[in-house]
Amino acid sequence: MSKNNSEFSVVGKRIPKLDAAQKAMGRAEYIQDIKIPGMLYGKILYSKYASAKIIKIDISKAMALPGVHVVLTGEDVPKKMKMGFYKDNPPIKKDKVCSFRDEVAAVAAISPEIAKKALDLIEIEYEEQIGIFDPEKAMEKDAPLVHEHTKSNVLKLPWNIHYGDVEKAEKESAFVVEDRFTTTGVTHCCMGTSGALALFDATENLTVYTNTQIPSLAQKDFLETLKILGLENKRVRVIKPIIGGGFGSKLDTYAYEHIAILLAYKCRKPVKIVFDRVEEFKATSTRQPTVTYIRQGCDKNGKLTFRDIRMILDNGAYTSWGATTPTVMMMPISSLYRVKNIRYNAKCVYTNNTYSQAMRGYGNPQATFAIESNIDMLAEKAGIDPIEFRRINQNVPNETTPQGFKITTCGLAECINEVEKELKSGIAKEKGVGVGMASLIHVGGGARIYKSDGCGAILKMDDYGKVDIFTGGTDMGQGMDNITAQIVAEELGLLAEDINVVHSDTDICPWDVGAHASRSTFVAGNAALGAAKKVKQKIQEFASKLFDVPAEEIKFKNKLVFVPGDQEKSMPIDKLLRKAHFSKNGTMLMADYFYDPDNESFGKDFKCNLSATYTFGVHGVKVNVDEETGKVEVLDYIAAHDVGQAINPLLLEGQVYGGVLMGLGYALTEEVVQKNGENMNANFRDYKLFTAKDAVNIKAPVFETADEAGPFGAKGIGEPGCVPTAPAVANAIYDAVGVRIKDLPITPEKVLAALKEKNG
Amino acid sequence: MATNIFFKLNGDEISYEVKDHWTLLHLLREEMGLIGTKEGCGNGECGACTVIVDKLAVNSCLYLAIEIEGKTVETIEGLASTSGTLHPIQQSFVENGGIQCGFCSPGMIMSSKALLDENPDADREEIKHALAGNICRCTGYIQIFESVEAVKGMGGQNE
Repeated sequence: MSKNNSEFSVVGKRIPKLDAAQKAMGRAEYIQDIKIPGMLYGKILYSKYASAKIIKIDISKAMALPGVHVVLTGEDVPKKMKMGFYKDNPPIKKDKVCSFRDEVAAVAAISPEIAKKALDLIEIEYEEQIGIFDPEKAMEKDAPLVHEHTKSNVLKLPWNIHYGDVEKAEKESAFVVEDRFTTTGVTHCCMGTSGALALFDATENLTVYTNTQIPSLAQKDFLETLKILGLENKRVRVIKPIIGGGFGSKLDTYAYEHIAILLAYKCRKPVKIVFDRVEEFKATSTRQPTVTYIRQGCDKNGKLTFRDIRMILDNGAYTSWGATTPTVMMMPISSLYRVKNIRYNAKCVYTNNTYSQAMRGYGNPQATFAIESNIDMLAEKAGIDPIEFRRINQNVPNETTPQGFKITTCGLAECINEVEKELKSGIAKEKGVGVGMASLIHVGGGARIYKSDGCGAILKMDDYGKVDIFTGGTDMGQGMDNITAQIVAEELGLLAEDINVVHSDTDICPWDVGAHASRSTFVAGNAALGAAKKVKQKIQEFASKLFDVPAEEIKFKNKLVFVPGDQEKSMPIDKLLRKAHFSKNGTMLMADYFYDPDNESFGKDFKCNLSATYTFGVHGVKVNVDEETGKVEVLDYIAAHDVGQAINPLLLEGQVYGGVLMGLGYALTEEVVQKNGENMNANFRDYKLFTAKDAVNIKAPVFETADEAGPFGAKGIGEPGCVPTAPAVANAIYDAVGVRIKDLPITPEKVLAALKEKNG
Repeated sequence: MATNIFFKLNGDEISYEVKDHWTLLHLLREEMGLIGTKEGCGNGECGACTVIVDKLAVNSCLYLAIEIEGKTVETIEGLASTSGTLHPIQQSFVENGGIQCGFCSPGMIMSSKALLDENPDADREEIKHALAGNICRCTGYIQIFESVEAVKGMGGQNE
């Protein structure tokens, strides 16, 4: 569906993931696999209560256990050492615990078994306090405070927008619907659990091996930790092993990383902490659970008049970067479909639950669930077909939204058409079978949530025509490595296999803000392209003298540098590189490039152009609802996206398929069950992921709108797969059996209860 | 307590002194350094640690090491030829996008091998059934199914 694909040699090709063979052979080294001589094993002891005072800790028995090197408690952590967006989270808690996940002690020992035994020997006396677990109740005046020093459990974060005049628009609306929707905490479930290994060298410089999506920002956090320990002017090197899944779970730095550093510092030995699966469930974060009150209206022709949303987010006991998810929620709220009058207010509220954080989609799935479920309700009230209703309101290219987002390329119309074709292709409606759809907008060209949205790349070519590119970007399985290689290979007329992508080490890789916001293809891709263009220009200048033609006539293809139409003027690129290197005043071909997209951070009233371009998509689903059991079966799924240009369709489809299945889990089965703050389902039997048995057929057509700002036209596609999945399913269930489920996950119990209510 | 056991591992005869409480996963990863077999849950719920014992795919985290006495064990390290040529199943996973983060891949590939050794013409439903115990969070499984199905077309080199 692209005009240009045939012009490309490497871009647009289904090239297998560069590290797939290594992974297929079991040779890839994850944090679990790394051992360093003299390494100790760290373990963390967690709180027994959701809210309690710590009266006394006795570590003497643990210290006396042979093989134990260090036992740390909150007493050993400098007061200033705190993590998170709000700096409200010490890596080990001292006088008070605010959630079951609170770290109260840590041990380093010669084996994991001894470390575990030592934890059992630590004696702690608690005085239990009343906890608060419902964010709406936590907002009430007399609610117990999670943190006593705050006046209220509501975080002082300014998530408030009002564009146009919602009240006036509501009065003028022909139809208005309002409702309340809730979403629950789901978790990333990376197959490779969390872990970090910290070691100090002889001069007290620190190296941390860690599963992180933010190597440069993690480096900054760890430098701060060193500073607090009194280690001024020391260096921190962050090394990423192969990462066993990210999905947003590694966008902060975490207690286990800082504890590994503290333990390693205390005993001056390498210390590794790796989570087991139960710990991964209990001591990593969830997506923000939300309560959403939404009102939307339209005129008699179905044109949206206003959207008014109030949202409460369960922050949990501490504040991660995830507390900024309302800024991303603003994106669909202000800019999905054309709505002039927008109001949004969000409150993040402390509770004694596990703290929530970033997860694929970063707030967009929660907001889109409410918006797109409610759109179907509004369409029904207005008596308009839901597909037609969306068409009436669809975003179009070259338009600025009320928040100031500049929509450049936009293939939403094409996606709606494609999904319509698929949903209407079935035979006559069967009992219990229904179809539903939902659209999405997402940042496709970075997102300026930090001072810089940039990524650096350093590219060098060797004497054999091969490239090493050192990128700030992070691969965690999603394919940043391939995207980088294919872009560089395309630009320099090489093959993807000629490009070695190094993305693992802050000592050699430049800065990058992190693998979030579906930004790697766009931002890391543009950084790689910029570096490749600079090297290309240098080669052209050299070849221009050699061939005696203007530099711009020199072309690159199939590892050749040549002048089209002149067979004499052609040379294999490796030979040319050697010529450049070994001639008098020789030169090596190298270049660096820092790409920071032309997007904006939030200005007054949160107005800005957050991303350099936006990705659009529409999902359609066909379900069968068993009215006896309430069970929902997904029969078919289509996820159509405008991706600008697919750099690698094989990997792109993998992102969409994986995202959709994650979204279906969100819609139907997944939930971190917390009972008074305690995780009740910390295993894969009770936390219900879709398995191979439950896998569904997914079609993933792409539309290539060739975005001018993207590398070879590409936009980001990492997150969209799981953004509109839940509302598409909820809409299909309504179409099938006439009940609207407003609370995720849509379990058989909820469907059955709704059917009972409907049928009396 | 330790017991000396004899078994066959990836074609080699092995004699090893194992402690009675060791799991097969512990023996492979921690004692023998075969890190290709992964621990995803330690509880038999995710399949990342799948190896083949006497032609059956098993969770090595639930299998006591002493129980492999006299048995034949295949792990991911034994699949590619010594010259480095990938086994057709590995090659197919590579080519068809069956691998993203890769943490589930060794287990997924071993479960696929146990299936195809037994039933080279397995259809989609049989593949789904055979892989039901192997969790993958990245791929949505589609490209994994396609990888297993495509092995058939690779010249039937599957042993």
